[in-house]
Amino acid sequence: MKSITIILAVFLTTNLSAQTADEILDRVDRNMSSENRIFESAMIIHGRRISRTITSISYSVGDKKSFTEYLSPAREQGTKMLKLEDQLWIYSPSTDRTIQISGHMLRQSVMGSDLSYEDMMEDRKLTDVYDAEVVGSEDIDGRPTWVLELKGNVDDLAYATRKEWIDKERYIPLKEELYAKSGQLLKRSTLNDVVNIEGRWFPTTIVYKDMLKQGDGTEFKITSIKFDQEIPEYIFTKAALKQ
Amino acid sequence: MIRFLLKGLFRDKSRSLIPLIVVTIGVMLAVFMNGYVRGLMIDMINKTADISTGHVKVITSAYSDNMDQVPNDLAIINVSSLKKDLEKTFPEMKWVCRINFGGLIDVPDANGETRSQGPGMGIGLDLFSEDTDETERLNLSKSLVRGSLPANPGEVLLSEDFSQKLKVNPGEEITLIGSTMNGGMAIYNFIMSGTVKFGNTGMDRGTVIADIHDVQTALDMYDAAGEILGFSSSGFYDDETATAVKTKFQDTFSSDEGEFAPVMLRLRDQAGMSIFVDLTDSMAAIVMIVFMIAMSLVLWNAGLLGGLRRYGEIGIRLAIGEEKSHVYRTMITESVMIGLAGTIVGTAIGLSLSWLMQTYGLDISEFTKGGTGGIMMPDIIRSKIAPSDFYIGLIPGVLSTMAGTMLSGIGIYKRQTAQLFKELEA
Repeated sequence: MKSITIILAVFLTTNLSAQTADEILDRVDRNMSSENRIFESAMIIHGRRISRTITSISYSVGDKKSFTEYLSPAREQGTKMLKLEDQLWIYSPSTDRTIQISGHMLRQSVMGSDLSYEDMMEDRKLTDVYDAEVVGSEDIDGRPTWVLELKGNVDDLAYATRKEWIDKERYIPLKEELYAKSGQLLKRSTLNDVVNIEGRWFPTTIVYKDMLKQGDGTEFKITSIKFDQEIPEYIFTKAALKQ
Repeated sequence: MIRFLLKGLFRDKSRSLIPLIVVTIGVMLAVFMNGYVRGLMIDMINKTADISTGHVKVITSAYSDNMDQVPNDLAIINVSSLKKDLEKTFPEMKWVCRINFGGLIDVPDANGETRSQGPGMGIGLDLFSEDTDETERLNLSKSLVRGSLPANPGEVLLSEDFSQKLKVNPGEEITLIGSTMNGGMAIYNFIMSGTVKFGNTGMDRGTVIADIHDVQTALDMYDAAGEILGFSSSGFYDDETATAVKTKFQDTFSSDEGEFAPVMLRLRDQAGMSIFVDLTDSMAAIVMIVFMIAMSLVLWNAGLLGGLRRYGEIGIRLAIGEEKSHVYRTMITESVMIGLAGTIVGTAIGLSLSWLMQTYGLDISEFTKGGTGGIMMPDIIRSKIAPSDFYIGLIPGVLSTMAGTMLSGIGIYKRQTAQLFKELEA
């Protein structure tokens, strides 16, 4: 009788924590994902010799379409990126070329940052592609968080597993660790400057660190963000790249 | 005794001529092959030096830690000033700047959109300066398969296999997508003027050769270069010379100790090259052992034939009371004499052939026209004579003759004295 009770208790606990994990992840998705959004950002890349700041404006609809135009510095100004489904094009005004980035090139760094093209393209909801499990609780900068372990349930993921530290109060990740299938830690990011925009919590500064690269990482600052805007459909066409 | 044996050898030509010819040919081949293989190894080392390592290489300390990743963000800046300093400090060396780079090579269609693309590695070298000898150093003219060498800025060469894969022809535009020195995105258009063959699978798969000034513009590397290569005036890599240059460099440039301080690497210090350098030195021992074994077998056989022919003579010598060991010793002494004579003649001929091969070489450019040989294949095959060539023949020449005689002469001890007269009567 005693053992049955223990088994039942373990079963119920596991089931409850799985439900909780899914619920937490769903709340995170509701904060981080949106129907569409327009944001301006500054990417500060800390290199071994110098640090550079690249500013851009991005438009995205769901997880299928996005368009980014680089605004500065002069060398990058006018460079545009278009993502449609799983395809990515880059337009370079200096060469007047529209180049499709595919295959292993998607794993290359974007503008020398700690972000890859794959990272830029990955916009799917976490609940759609990962199974989550709560593995503990920790404090990050004085804020209580759940520690979630996420295991991919689709094949085409850039990172097979993730570890997320989710703010218990605001349901946003404060820290992320991204792992390869082999278990090697590939990237670590910390999310700060959380603000409430249109009723949702959103981190406006993310520091990415490619663990396979030397340097002090890349700071990604969102200078302005708007959700659920009217975005003209022509922006998400190859013709818009040359305009 | 020796004079008696010599008389015997001179008078009975059939006893000395064949072993002498065998030893002479064997020693000649050993000496010649030793010089030839050494020359071939040195050619291979020199080709690698010409393309990537130099006889010495100057890079930044940080670059040297990640050299296989071609980290151009850690390249040498103010490179023209450093190159001038090197030219002043080491006037006996030729110094050239190089930029190795990686990226995606993209071929556009009529609308400027991607028609084909593939990852490539590039070498930026000085193609257009008045005093440049990089085109000759890489043997580009002979390795050309299609089109022509770059004649104007913005023109590049592609490896033939890569151009076939991308379906691009001379005169067509290609785009390099890579990273600038500062980590920015580099997108730059070139015209493919021609294609070359390297004769190396890895390089033929995807290599671009461009003028260094174009690469500096494309990768935002003004007055910067990944590497400065140094070549000795002899054209051959010499470990001792390279070590002396490195020591002097460390003494002269050691004041700067930051992560971007210049450091010098000898060819030997670079990936996988030390084994080649060491192998060149030990090649004499390998050739010697192979020839010694082969010659011993031939001379053993010659000794057996000689033993059969001299069956009667040895029988009489034993019958009249000469000891078996004395007969055996005299035969070995004879073989040492033949070995010495053959070694001297063989070494003289082998060295003469090696000298001809070293001085004039064997021109195989007719067979390597149209890029059939490739950049990695030398046009002229040369030997390289070293001091060891003067005595290397002594070991196979004398030892294998002795070994052959000792093996075949064992039969003397098997002769039964009681049977001798019966044998002689028969």
